[in-house]
Amino acid sequence: MKPQACVNIHKEWDIVGARQLGREMAKDLGFGTVDQARIATAVSELARNIYLYAEQGQICFEIIDTIERRGLCMIAVDSGPGIADISQVMQDGFTTSGGLGAGLPGVKRLMDEFDIRSEVGEGTKIKATKWIR
Amino acid sequence: MEFKQLVINNSDSIVQKWMEEIDSLKDSNYTATISDELYESTNREFVNVIFTSIRNEGSTKAVEDFSEKIINLGWPLSYITDGLQIFRRVSTEYLLTQSEKVDSNFFTNLSASVNDWVEPLIRELVNEYSGSWEHIVSLQRVALQELSAPLIPVMEGITIMPLIGTIDTERAKLIMENLLEGAIKHNSEVVLIDITGVPVVDTMVAHHIIQAAEAVRLIGATCILVGIRPEIAQTIVNLGIDLSNFPTKSSLKKGFSTALEITGRHVTDLNVKENNIEKMMDSLRGE
Ligand SMILES: Nc1ncnc2c1ncn2[C@@H]1O[C@H](COP(=O)(O)OP(=O)(O)O)[C@@H](O)[C@H]1O
Ligand SMILES: [Mg+2]
Repeated sequence: MKPQACVNIHKEWDIVGARQLGREMAKDLGFGTVDQARIATAVSELARNIYLYAEQGQICFEIIDTIERRGLCMIAVDSGPGIADISQVMQDGFTTSGGLGAGLPGVKRLMDEFDIRSEVGEGTKIKATKWIR
Repeated sequence: MEFKQLVINNSDSIVQKWMEEIDSLKDSNYTATISDELYESTNREFVNVIFTSIRNEGSTKAVEDFSEKIINLGWPLSYITDGLQIFRRVSTEYLLTQSEKVDSNFFTNLSASVNDWVEPLIRELVNEYSGSWEHIVSLQRVALQELSAPLIPVMEGITIMPLIGTIDTERAKLIMENLLEGAIKHNSEVVLIDITGVPVVDTMVAHHIIQAAEAVRLIGATCILVGIRPEIAQTIVNLGIDLSNFPTKSSLKKGFSTALEITGRHVTDLNVKENNIEKMMDSLRGE
């Protein structure tokens, strides 16, 4: 599995670029409209979190194509402040910016697989995958 | 200094050579669709600007007017940079043919001298050109901003805000301002926000819409969110966003009917009514 396409995030409009790429790849892979919207929304959440909390980072997409299953994996990486308490940010409604606090738990529900790793002062890496049914 | 005087004194032959060279760019390049007359007259103006600028050591007005003209014509920046590169080459070549002994020292002096007059001009023209572009872009930004959150008073008490395209923080702010300002100005009882044209509704967009709807409620009006496409409804549910606190309708049409009900109106089909009257008349006649 190797990265197939990445988008750098440092301006607000980079979020739009990232989700357009995500949607495009999802469409090419054969995801339906609802899953395309789910993927685009998940990209939007992760990219905006990078823009808001880490200032800059990257969203990469990988196509997973094995005999058993096919899917799209997104990896959001930043070297921002990191997250001290992961279980806290995964709760619905937890926010430090006056937002809805529904982004991270929302991404977990929008996607099929979700993995978050973070180190305070080091950065955050979030990996989320959607499988084609 | 003496090189410069030589170029100015022999401007005729340099201009001629320059015109020939820039003319050869026309067909192979960007300006293929431009009429020969316009191209020729603009070239002449260009080379005049170059010479005026060399003579007066920087005549800003002529440079300003010329770069503005190029932008208005829609010609690319490369027309200006190509033209100046050709001028640099043509003058250097001309000066070389005019000198008997050419050693490396001479050549260094010569090209330093030519650069002295050409480089400030390149800088000035490029700055003018890009400055005008930035000005145009900022004007378009304002124009786009005015379009980005329009409010349409469809009838007494009912206002619609159709949103099309991506919503960023700046636009979200405009939506809120226009919505409140407009609802008060038009005395709206019901405001319909149509999100049919919004490609992605993430938590940020949802948050702004919820805040806008709440603000509308505070000024005593009802806000109905319409145009929620099925896939958007799905993602909103997945995100766990609760929209149950304010009315939503799948289409603008349904939202509008609700708005009519709220404002105590309903739509009547005039044709149907007339038919009924006719039927009544017929039945009366039949008696
Ligand atoms: N990439 C990140 N780096 C550091 N902190 C983050 C990052 N992403 C999210 N967070 C933290 O997690 C919280 C919850 O994020 P999220 O669920 O997206 O809700 P919201 O963005 O509305 O606050 C944020 O308020 C922020 O404190
Ligand atoms: Mg967020």
